[in-house]
Amino acid sequence: MDWPSVYLHEANCVSPLGLDLPTNWERLTEGHIGIVQADMGKCGNVFVGKMAEDAIIPRAPTATGTLLEHMMEIAAAPLVKKYKPTARTALVLSTTKGNISLLDSGDIEGARVSVLAKKIAARLGIHTKPVVVSHACISGLLAVIAAKRLIQMGQYDDAIVLAGDVVSEFVVSGFQAFQAMSPFPCRPFDKRRHGVSLGEAAACVYMSREKGAFKILGDGAINDANHISGPSRTGEGLCRSIAAAVQEAGIDIGSIDYISAHGTATLYNDEMESVAFSRLGLEQVPLNSLKGYYGHTLGASGLLELAVTMKSMEEGVLLPTQGFGEIGVSQPLNVLENITRQQTRRALKTASGFGGSNAAMIIERR
Amino acid sequence: MTDNMYIERSCRISENTIWLDGAPYWKGLPAASFIDFAKEAFRLLKVDYPKFYKMDNLSKLVFLAADFLLQQQDKDGIALVMANRSSSLDTDIKHQQSIQEKESFFPSPATFVYTLPNICEGELCIRHQLMTENIFLVDECFPTETIEMYAAYLLRSGKAKRVMCGWAELFQENYDAVLYLVGPNGEKEHTKKNIEDLFR
Amino acid sequence: MVELKEELKGKIIEVLNLEDVTVGDIQDGDALFGDGLGLDSIDALELIVLLDKEYGIKLSDPKQGKAIFKSIETMAAYISENRTK
Repeated sequence: MDWPSVYLHEANCVSPLGLDLPTNWERLTEGHIGIVQADMGKCGNVFVGKMAEDAIIPRAPTATGTLLEHMMEIAAAPLVKKYKPTARTALVLSTTKGNISLLDSGDIEGARVSVLAKKIAARLGIHTKPVVVSHACISGLLAVIAAKRLIQMGQYDDAIVLAGDVVSEFVVSGFQAFQAMSPFPCRPFDKRRHGVSLGEAAACVYMSREKGAFKILGDGAINDANHISGPSRTGEGLCRSIAAAVQEAGIDIGSIDYISAHGTATLYNDEMESVAFSRLGLEQVPLNSLKGYYGHTLGASGLLELAVTMKSMEEGVLLPTQGFGEIGVSQPLNVLENITRQQTRRALKTASGFGGSNAAMIIERR
Repeated sequence: MTDNMYIERSCRISENTIWLDGAPYWKGLPAASFIDFAKEAFRLLKVDYPKFYKMDNLSKLVFLAADFLLQQQDKDGIALVMANRSSSLDTDIKHQQSIQEKESFFPSPATFVYTLPNICEGELCIRHQLMTENIFLVDECFPTETIEMYAAYLLRSGKAKRVMCGWAELFQENYDAVLYLVGPNGEKEHTKKNIEDLFR
Repeated sequence: MVELKEELKGKIIEVLNLEDVTVGDIQDGDALFGDGLGLDSIDALELIVLLDKEYGIKLSDPKQGKAIFKSIETMAAYISENRTK
């Protein structure tokens, strides 16, 4: 059957590099990084992409609430103002851990993701019941995929997709137990990489059936069926996710101009990605990971990186992979080392995560 | 919207009882805790799968429901579309307890990995070798329309041959799993009303 | 040493949820990983926590685990030499 096309219109984000997308872009192109050494309480001193909380509170439209709520609201506010939600506008939220730090003080109800979703929907004046995607590190990208599919099915006309996660003792301690925290700001795809830096961010995109700046050509989100924490050594799920996106797009895979990779800087993730990209013949395509700027922002990362990809395509500029120096994966990749002028028509965004999950989306600039 | 799509089969597990296609299939001891119930139900399956004992309770629940649901089924191309209310909160609290006090700060990787609700789907994919589309949603109650639409999309777009949909809720001793297979065969049409009937 | 080995077997069975395994099933020289007890990467990380929690040993490099966790024999030897509690 013929599916209606779905378009990405405009994106925004809040991160340690700035409280909107233009500021983030400016800081990224100047080579700033958001990862700093911070005191994470019982977890000790670690490198994380942490917000300066005193910078965000004055900008928050609502006085009360958690840091995450403020960040999500600031990210979404300009888009909700411009594209007024109707009774057929979806709010698709993405988060892995939401307000989990409320467990510290025993507030179990407050830590529920559905409670967060309700609050955010009310603050943004959304009329429909929020759809909450909680799917590990692919959540942000999967939320966009879900919104696109539900719009294509006619359940909604348009959608605000909003993703966010914050750095907490809860998450840092878990990654430490996994021996996965980098002792320096993370170095995606690099020989000396030694794990992730965690980060916090919120990102938002408005999408609809109305023609917009970027058309979603295809997508896929296919499981490795291999291990709950380790990525597949053959990159099977990621390969299949990209192949599904290419098939739906009906394009030649060689027409992809740029890849915004996941690139967490763990030994196994980056290796898996190199295997998957090379299996698909994508090793020459310019590629970067933004984790070296922001850290791994978990449920926000897929959407944050999609937002920066959109900006990148608009500006005709590709960013380098911060932290990368020497290739440290088994398959050749064209990892961007310098800021590069390039007109990008078609971009591939990917993400992979715990539970064997993978996601891929191809967008085209109109 | 739902032509040629049927609810082929369903399995529910709640209150120490397993139902298949709406009929009681097996009942555990009424006073048993979830963990004892799950062990007993697992033995009933007579499968050699020691990893079951390493799973958190949400994954155990979903593992059992899916195993009963998929007995004698062709597993090719089954996608997973699930939701629950409590996300992974049951395990989140266990991880929190391991980091609450500085003196007893020993976060466990085997616990932490389950602090994401989609891990239970990952376990099913490994168990049944499903290299397929997966999504996990969190909502206060079963988001019938969204799940119906999402499953229908996967089938119509050819991204899945069949879809295992359902509700996978567990928090402490309260649990309710309702899994159902949507595909091209059967009598019960894949409609909102028929989906809602599974929850009665 | 015999006591420590028996204690270790019990603790491993408990923390790794090896439901159908008893202390008597594990021989001191048996490989814990691979074909032996069939442990995987998460189990290895869990054993690092066990060393810390029960014996006060912090591995500075998780890669050391490979040699230490070869068998009950090697684990017990490492613990008796390095334990701080």
